[in-house]
Amino acid sequence: MNEVGTVAIIVGILTSAVRLATPYLYAAIGEAFAQTSGVVNLGVDGIMLVGGFAAFLVALTTGSLWLAVLAAAFVGVLMGLLMSLISVTLKAEQGISGIGLYMFGLGLSSLLFKVLVGTVKTVPGFPTVKIPLLGDIPYLGPILFQHSVLVYGAFLLVPVAWWFLEKTTWGLKIRAVGQNPAAADSLGVDVNRTRYFSVCLGAALAGIAGASLSVALLNLFQENMTAGMGFIAVALVYFGGWRPLGILGGALLFSAVDAMQLWMQVLGVKIPSDVAVMLPYLLTIAALAFATNRTRQPAALNVPFERGSN
Amino acid sequence: MPPTSTPQHIGRVEMRGIVKRFPGVLANDHVDLEINAGEVHSLLGENGAGKSTLMRQLYGMYPPDEGQILIDGKPHVFRSPADAIKAGIGMIHQHFMLVPTLTVAENVALGLKSSREPQLDLDKVSKRVTELSKAYGLKVYPSAYVWQLSVGEQQRVEIIKALYRGASLIILDEPTAVLTPQEVCDLFLILKKMVSEGHALVFISHKLHEVMEISTRVTVLRDGKMIGTRPAAGVTRDEMVKMMVGREVKPLAPQPMQAGAPRLQIRGLHAMGDRGTEALQGVDLEVRAGEIVGLAGVSGNGQRELAQCMSGLRTATAGTILIEGKDIAHFSLRERVEAGLAYVPEERMRDGAIRDFSVQENVFLHDHTSPQFTNGIFLNFKKMAEHAGALTKQFAVKTASLDTPIKNLSGGNIQKVILARELSRKPHVLIAAQPTRGVDIGATEYIHQRLMEQRAAGTAILLISEDLDEIRTLSDRIAVIYEGKIMGIVRRGEATVEQIGLLMAGISADSAVGKEPCPPDDPVAA
Repeated sequence: MNEVGTVAIIVGILTSAVRLATPYLYAAIGEAFAQTSGVVNLGVDGIMLVGGFAAFLVALTTGSLWLAVLAAAFVGVLMGLLMSLISVTLKAEQGISGIGLYMFGLGLSSLLFKVLVGTVKTVPGFPTVKIPLLGDIPYLGPILFQHSVLVYGAFLLVPVAWWFLEKTTWGLKIRAVGQNPAAADSLGVDVNRTRYFSVCLGAALAGIAGASLSVALLNLFQENMTAGMGFIAVALVYFGGWRPLGILGGALLFSAVDAMQLWMQVLGVKIPSDVAVMLPYLLTIAALAFATNRTRQPAALNVPFERGSN
Repeated sequence: MPPTSTPQHIGRVEMRGIVKRFPGVLANDHVDLEINAGEVHSLLGENGAGKSTLMRQLYGMYPPDEGQILIDGKPHVFRSPADAIKAGIGMIHQHFMLVPTLTVAENVALGLKSSREPQLDLDKVSKRVTELSKAYGLKVYPSAYVWQLSVGEQQRVEIIKALYRGASLIILDEPTAVLTPQEVCDLFLILKKMVSEGHALVFISHKLHEVMEISTRVTVLRDGKMIGTRPAAGVTRDEMVKMMVGREVKPLAPQPMQAGAPRLQIRGLHAMGDRGTEALQGVDLEVRAGEIVGLAGVSGNGQRELAQCMSGLRTATAGTILIEGKDIAHFSLRERVEAGLAYVPEERMRDGAIRDFSVQENVFLHDHTSPQFTNGIFLNFKKMAEHAGALTKQFAVKTASLDTPIKNLSGGNIQKVILARELSRKPHVLIAAQPTRGVDIGATEYIHQRLMEQRAAGTAILLISEDLDEIRTLSDRIAVIYEGKIMGIVRRGEATVEQIGLLMAGISADSAVGKEPCPPDDPVAA
């Protein structure tokens, strides 16, 4: 292989990596909001699926992409309300209710797809927006500055999420109810309301993550099209140590591996495609086992709040 | 300096006919209480007397079933702590309500509107914290993380939190339970300063001498009922005990020790703590037959880890633990029991008993394999019931039956079951960690007598307690632990509370000489 070809492949892989990081970023940062408030939402993948479907359907019927994203966020909030009702108000085991939510989202999106759409169709998704000047930088331009609006949004979300969690009164409340809900309660913070808010905000982002697949990256909807991305997003929150910047690093690492395996298949590298597809998932397990920094784990993660119980 | 402006200054709070029921318990039975600005009003009573319950209702944590709360004559209904805070009431809980991963300033700002909403304005908060800190002599650093602070510092943050919110009535729930004697002195100075500024303080405690020292008036609760309110100046200690317990309590008078050969020898013991730091850094300690050695220290200086190393719940990284000359440091739990070790754990419901097991099953947690009670396959329930029945009778355990789940027993009775189980094996060495924490005075008295009997029988007893009075009453020698090392060992009667307190604060005996631990005058006002 000649040198020009190698460089082109590397640029290709990195460009794909940035694109593919998009759903991970929305979903994982959303999950970080929920978890920082003390709620593990394992239903992310299900929310992504219904969000992705809602966006696809709205784009298909109205042609408005922004309306599609809005619809995805809206059904995300509905799913988030359901999750909060079960795990915050009714205090059910979060892991179980999250899995239930996932299966509900998977089933619902498949059913609605069969009934309302039926066959695989494509929609014209968000166009690529080349950023003036920056987009013309050799190599870096195509990798970073020739993407759709939703891709840029995902990367902008990282500093915004950091600012929100670390520098606002709302972020302080979210962090406090995740670490010591009794302390927050004793200062008049409404613990359950804060958790509802965080879970729903996270779920809205998970919905948008689904939309980024169906109306920006792939521009179609298929049953179970996320193929477990939502679960990787949950893993990324642990991997990133509950920090937006850590999540960004993790998301890029995973999407890079994902992009690499896609390119390996395209280039006909001699490994079975099933093995290649497994790579990101294997990396998830390895990263969770070895790279998780638990010092920042919210102390009240997975613990429903009851006043006076401690 | 006046408190922050928002809530009105409170002149008088009245609680009238407060009734609070929990499933199976009448926690407050028509209690009346009146608190005035400028006084320290102590609530005295045993564990479970209803002191905290009463104050949690005043702080809006749960509503009373009956009765009224009046502030300056006007009835108030508090639906949550937020309502109470708005009315000018603050509460410093026994278990601090701080978020360890946040800074002092963030903890103070939590739940409050910012001047730059939605952005936090931590600079402004820090400035005000520093002002309050200067005004009341509460030393804190606004930018420090709470997890870095000592217990005394954390308490100061709690007080600042209340003052920052403009509280003029502040409830302190057992504020001295976790402090060294010096820290108690510092706290009392701060409280006196606050009272002189016109604050009203409610001081919850079961420590008589502290109540006598700080209070203007004392209200005694017993079994949820109000026994009476007295001006602190006119009451004697004995009268207060009688009000609290309902009968006279004789102080324990230990017999002189007849200590024999060393039975427990700990040499150069090292162990890691839960946070990954070294919790024990070379502990040397010896307990002889017929001797009680009390291990004093501020909570978190390695006491827990030491007890766990001995019982086998934690592995020592270096050093030896000799029982009768045999090193048990790497023995299994069962081998330790067989070597003659008995253990009354600090967390009695986690490490000492199985909540949902019956009293009888809990008695047999160790001995179910003894040939006396099993033929190798089946348990002999008849014999077990006889044995458990005899033990519970001998140890005066109050339980409905042997089949009652142990979680339904009171703290004192659970502790008696554990003690019965551990002592019935006639151990050579007994580790008793916080044996009377959360136990009423009657049961405490009983447990203390049992420990003294065990001492007379020749057992070497290591008593780990955060209650300095308990340590001083029972121990033949007092070892003080600080940051995983023994700071010093003193004989009974040889050291004053102040000297022990200095050792607890990590100040060694030599450098402590001549230091005045609790200055008579208020240095803050100067």
